[in-house]
Amino acid sequence: MKPAPFEYLDPRTKEEVFQLLDELGEDAKLLAGGQSLLPIMNFRLARPSHLIDINRIPGLDYIREENGHMAIGAMTRERAIEISGVIKEKIPILSEAARHIAFLPIRNKGTIGGSIAHADPSAELCLMIKLLGAQIRVESSQGSRWMDADDFFQTYLTTVLEPNEMITEIQIPIPPKETVYSFNTFSRRHGDFAIVSVAILLQMGRDGLCEKAKIALGSVNPTPIRAHGAEDLLVGRKMSGKLMDEVSILTEEACDPDSDIHASAENKREMVRVFTGRGLREAFKRYEESRR
Amino acid sequence: MIGQRAIKLYVNGDMVEATVEPRKLLSDFLRDDVGLSGVHIGCEHGHCGACTVLVNGELVRSCLTLAVQVDGCHIVTIEGLAKDGKLHPVQESFYENYGAQCGFCTPGQVLTSYALLKENPNPTEEEIREAISGHLCRCTGYYSIVESVKAAAEKMREQNL
Repeated sequence: MKPAPFEYLDPRTKEEVFQLLDELGEDAKLLAGGQSLLPIMNFRLARPSHLIDINRIPGLDYIREENGHMAIGAMTRERAIEISGVIKEKIPILSEAARHIAFLPIRNKGTIGGSIAHADPSAELCLMIKLLGAQIRVESSQGSRWMDADDFFQTYLTTVLEPNEMITEIQIPIPPKETVYSFNTFSRRHGDFAIVSVAILLQMGRDGLCEKAKIALGSVNPTPIRAHGAEDLLVGRKMSGKLMDEVSILTEEACDPDSDIHASAENKREMVRVFTGRGLREAFKRYEESRR
Repeated sequence: MIGQRAIKLYVNGDMVEATVEPRKLLSDFLRDDVGLSGVHIGCEHGHCGACTVLVNGELVRSCLTLAVQVDGCHIVTIEGLAKDGKLHPVQESFYENYGAQCGFCTPGQVLTSYALLKENPNPTEEEIREAISGHLCRCTGYYSIVESVKAAAEKMREQNL
């Protein structure tokens, strides 16, 4: 199918965008990479009256290490995140997650700002900003504000963004050097939307005890979630197979997936448990290898 | 018609000027307005890969691109690979190794393989499979496509391309 007719605007400055958003309100959609928006427009599930193309606004795509965090412009392409050397070095789980996003042509156009604004529950980058505790800068004609990733997603495809607001930057705290990670995800065909994703960060102390743990789940709730109860179980403890199994069970209990054409809720919960166990083992193995 | 736009771009090296509706997809523009029926439309939501073209050297889903967005850009479709009637080595390899059956996925497969080999002249089988994973093929089972890409890689290395 083809999109319904719309007016197309391609402003050259942020200020023009804000003006247009103020004027046009909910009838307008921002066009960033278009890799989520155009499919739904092609199916006519969305029929915005106006598309505001923000690809010609300079200065919105960058990856910069600043003051202990990675500042990523909202228009940074997923491909750029995937191949970024500094991200691979400082936040390797983000690199790995980015590699799983759909297919290369999609990543060539898709942007981090667009992915987050779209808020698909299975989006890898939404999961990452939740896991990593990112800050999101949101701007409008009224000024700018920073939001915590924890407060950003409301439900499926819904964020707290007002109709006249635009994401301009995502700041991701750089995990301490001793952090180990794992990323496990499943889809039936390579590149399909993830059915279950489990992302784990472990900060291990010199004594072999876990100092901090983060376990984030994608696709199994209306938004990405953290399994706080499971995380708490790991803190201050020595890693063991038994502990990993306990944590896996608690993580399974934290999620609330729907049954759908791809898998039943029960199946997805089991995958969460299995991936958590597998992920903890992988992350811990990275820790042991780093000590040799 | 709502706000038609004038665009000027380069397709397979030729300059193209046109006036289009904003909602015209690049895939339809290339097929209907420029006459390049090698751009195939399979799903119109970015999944099947049949519509894949190169925009400024990057692989892009033309079904998820508006024609108005490529004003000033250089597009390469499957029709642009052969030079002066001579097939590109990737095309030759697909021919020699039965990389195409019905041919529907083939333009996308060939362009992706071409882009892969530009960046990675000696890909492993896994790298080839990863690269073509964005293309659905109902005929070949992918084996002959992978063989075609391997053969193309070797051919191009020999020819120092």
